[in-house]
Amino acid sequence: MRTLLRTLAKPFTETAGLARWMLVIGLVMTSLFVVLAIFAPWIAPYGFAQASSGGVDFPKAGAPSGDHWFGTDRLFFDVYSRTVWGARTAIEVVILSIVICVVVGVPLGLVSGYYGGWLDRVLVLVMDAMFAFPSFLLAIVFSFLLTGLLGGTVLAVALSLSAIYVPQYFRVVRNTTVSAKEATYVEAARAIGASDFVIMRRYLLNNVVQSVPVLGTLNAADAILTLAGLGFLGLGIQSTDAAEWGHDLNRALADAGSGIWWTGLYPGLAIVLLVTGLTLVGEGLNETLNPTLRVRRLLPVVMTPREER
Amino acid sequence: MSFATSNEPTLEPSSEPVISARDVRVWYGTTRGAIRAVDGVSFDIAPGETLGLVGESGCGKSTLGRGLMGLLPPGAKRDGEVWYDGKDVLSMRAKDSYRLRGTDLGMIFQEPLTRLNPLLRISAHFEETIKQHEPGLSKQQVRQRALDALRQMGIPPTRYRSYPHEFSGGMRQRLMIALALVLQPAFIVADEPTTALDVLVEAQIVQILNDLRRNFRTSLLLITHNVGIVAEACDRVAVMYAGRIVEEGRVSDVFENPQHPYTRELLRSTISLRTTGLNFIPGSPPDLVDPPDGCRFHPRCPDAMAVCATRNPINIERPTGGRVECWQVGPRDQIPSGGTRPLKQEELAVADEA
Amino acid sequence: MPTKPETPDADAQGAGVEAGPIIDVRGLAVHYGLRGGSLARLFGRDAGVVKAVDGIDLTLQPGEVVGLVGESGSGKSTLGRALLGLAPATEGSIRFRGQDLATLSRRRLRDLRRHIQMVFQDPSAALNPAMTVEVAVGDALRVHGMRSATERRAKVVDALERVGLSPVELFLEKYPRDLSGGQKQRVVMARAIITGPSVLVADEPISMLDMSVRAKILQLMLDLKQDLGLTYVYITHDLASAKYFCDRIAIMYLGRIVEIGPTEEIFANPRHPYTKALLRAIPDPDPGRQLPRDLPRGEVPDAAAPPLGCAFHPRCTEAVASCGWESRDLRTLVEAHWTRRTPEAFEAESASVGSLDHLDRPATSATLGKDGPEAIKGFLDQVRAEAPDDPIWTGVQTITDEGSGVRVHFHEGVDPALRRAGGVDVACVLYPEEPSGV
Repeated sequence: MRTLLRTLAKPFTETAGLARWMLVIGLVMTSLFVVLAIFAPWIAPYGFAQASSGGVDFPKAGAPSGDHWFGTDRLFFDVYSRTVWGARTAIEVVILSIVICVVVGVPLGLVSGYYGGWLDRVLVLVMDAMFAFPSFLLAIVFSFLLTGLLGGTVLAVALSLSAIYVPQYFRVVRNTTVSAKEATYVEAARAIGASDFVIMRRYLLNNVVQSVPVLGTLNAADAILTLAGLGFLGLGIQSTDAAEWGHDLNRALADAGSGIWWTGLYPGLAIVLLVTGLTLVGEGLNETLNPTLRVRRLLPVVMTPREER
Repeated sequence: MSFATSNEPTLEPSSEPVISARDVRVWYGTTRGAIRAVDGVSFDIAPGETLGLVGESGCGKSTLGRGLMGLLPPGAKRDGEVWYDGKDVLSMRAKDSYRLRGTDLGMIFQEPLTRLNPLLRISAHFEETIKQHEPGLSKQQVRQRALDALRQMGIPPTRYRSYPHEFSGGMRQRLMIALALVLQPAFIVADEPTTALDVLVEAQIVQILNDLRRNFRTSLLLITHNVGIVAEACDRVAVMYAGRIVEEGRVSDVFENPQHPYTRELLRSTISLRTTGLNFIPGSPPDLVDPPDGCRFHPRCPDAMAVCATRNPINIERPTGGRVECWQVGPRDQIPSGGTRPLKQEELAVADEA
Repeated sequence: MPTKPETPDADAQGAGVEAGPIIDVRGLAVHYGLRGGSLARLFGRDAGVVKAVDGIDLTLQPGEVVGLVGESGSGKSTLGRALLGLAPATEGSIRFRGQDLATLSRRRLRDLRRHIQMVFQDPSAALNPAMTVEVAVGDALRVHGMRSATERRAKVVDALERVGLSPVELFLEKYPRDLSGGQKQRVVMARAIITGPSVLVADEPISMLDMSVRAKILQLMLDLKQDLGLTYVYITHDLASAKYFCDRIAIMYLGRIVEIGPTEEIFANPRHPYTKALLRAIPDPDPGRQLPRDLPRGEVPDAAAPPLGCAFHPRCTEAVASCGWESRDLRTLVEAHWTRRTPEAFEAESASVGSLDHLDRPATSATLGKDGPEAIKGFLDQVRAEAPDDPIWTGVQTITDEGSGVRVHFHEGVDPALRRAGGVDVACVLYPEEPSGV
């Protein structure tokens, strides 16, 4: 129990100054959305594609009221419920795409960096080409292809987001592997008779994935924006399959002119808050984990008065 | 407490010391508290004299060297006095102490490559160093000064326009020494200048340091962990342990007749060509966040007495010159009754070993 | 006071050790291809070959401690790594109990490493920062197929006790960063002995440690040798510890063994000028001793372009005509002269001598000068008058006029092979083959 508490308190105890507050505020904001995502069915009063309750139709584009806190939109949906359910979609897509990135990018980078040679050259070339491509364009192309194949599901969108971010994981892991494999402990592992697989799995992996959490959180923030962008363009998830903030923003575009502010404000606010939260966590983590940026919390030096020696 | 120079035989007893440190302390902050890296250190260095500073790693010798130069990690604090040319370096304004560095106080580091800019030619390094401190010199004069300094270090003038990576390790260290000497400082701190070098090149650099004190009036504080280097390149030696100088005196005197048990054990544990048996000091240097009471060496000392664990030893004159702080040497009349019985040492396990 | 134990006789080592050498190295060479500058790298061209180890014969008798001593770049570490198959042999053979390492499959080679183990110079770097002591030491067993964690733990506890890390419970869960240098080196030793090896290659095991700890680790190695009947290859640059620790010493320079023999003989009668220089250059805590002035100049040359003839000749104080003098030595000579001249004199002289860059291409004759033969001859006479005893002059055969300068011809050099000389083997032209029967 105490160790659990200590682990939970780590962001606070092992950081200092600005990094600490970035990390703590970011974590609070992000976990708010995680809670919304997990408990959406209980927090949201209605379903995300629910236009009536108890046989009574919701008002069309109704202003915020006691029944509908954030109002309703032109499709009679409850904006508050859709914003809450939207958190679930966002978190699902982001987690899934990060998992895919890590599962694909980390082993690929490890193998490429460890063995080097032509395999490394080819992989680096392919990944650099993907990295050099405008990322949003890449996402659009992939979501076109994948939604055709898999339909407008969470998995299809997550996969197309992964295509943007895999090269980053590959590059980070590959470059750290290239330098880490020169370390004496890798040679020592070879000296005790370890095979290449054992060396990669037990000696290199733990030491090269350290920058992945930072990259993951920063990418998550970026992924939220890309997801919303895709939705805004009408690609990806359809509004009847799941609530998606970008898609809702797209539909709210027409409302803005006629004074209906609530359909756009709340999904937009959700995007801003979640992206800010994730970015704060990422930058905070970076400053804490990255030894070149880290500011340790040093105890102030108080010199005692001289004793007679 | 008097620290008169009269009891410290120097090369020229009449001359004023170039540098005199008085009760210098340098503490720096960690996540666990303040490390008392240097905790009350005093010494004098006469013109043209080389003082060797030896001790195990973590005893504060590098911190002391940097502290004298005003180079300290963030969050560190220092006090005491370091007198140079009638001024206290430690209480100077930052701008003044910056001006002093280079022209009057020089420094030579262990890793020369990390101190040289790989994109600049050697000539540019010299021009920048000289121009910064003596802006009045013409380009020709600068070149003259630089070539002179290089020549004295045995670097041919044909290499003046080369880049740092075109030099070998020993050459780079010579370059660093030349860069430090070109401004003709009165005092140089050399922090482990030979540690990264091969045996034969190390011997060459020791020769150069030897010539330095003979041919110039430059005083040198030579920080090293190698007692062999001290024997060959220094006039006097200060043995540092856990932030204190525990013994100090002429090299021949201290090494032939060590008064402090730590000096004795350190010399005995050194493996040399004459080694016929292995000796070592049990345990490891103390944690300087919370150093032991009394004498800091008492937990490892084979000669420890009851008084050593409770009272700080008193800094006294060594019988044959120099200073030492150890209750075994004295003063006997200040030891409380019963203080001289041997201290019962707990068995030192490998668990607390270095 | 612990003292140096007697070397156990080979036959006293007990059962399981067959007669004859445990390791037999014949004509071993390890060459590395060099990648050139950025342009060459872009086109994947190799820029040359570094002969890290170049033709070495070495035998190891069971229970023996053999020291490999040399400066950086001498190839001592590469030789040590080659013994484990960590550095691939370009030529020659390494036999471990009659088995040639080069012919083994990768899998068999990994199995073999159970019997030959290694201790590294920097204990902080040799341990995986992400592994606890228990996992790190136990992993040597795990890679050799010991699946049961409890079995492993029992062995780890035993190994840690052997290297003096007790009480063991204090260390099992520690990470390398929580340990001191000496403790880390003990962990590295525990990992090395846990598979029950017969040969231990120790690559500068004490040079990164504090003075007061070095003796402890050396004592531990002696104890382990006594208890486990180990055979050591002790790699070091420190002759003092080698003298205390080794039965036999091989002095290495630029990939070759230049002198090899019993420790007492090497120290009592050093023969190779390099050995003599090393012995005199060791800093000694005896304040009465002074460093000699006539130490070898310069540094270990670039292994990608070693000197012609004997590799040590440019630094040697005893060099003779047949040592392999060449154009690069001429450059060193002229540059050394200029360090003794005033900047004005240098400007004037260098104008008449011209560029020295063409001398970097090794050759046994070289041109010099651009202001006519007489001027350059006068210059060379002046250089010679300054240091008439410089060994390079023994190597100069003739100086002939050529174009606007002169051509300096050197005597053809020989590359000395290891030859028997009074109890040791020396590779130096000063020690020609002894008459047979001695």
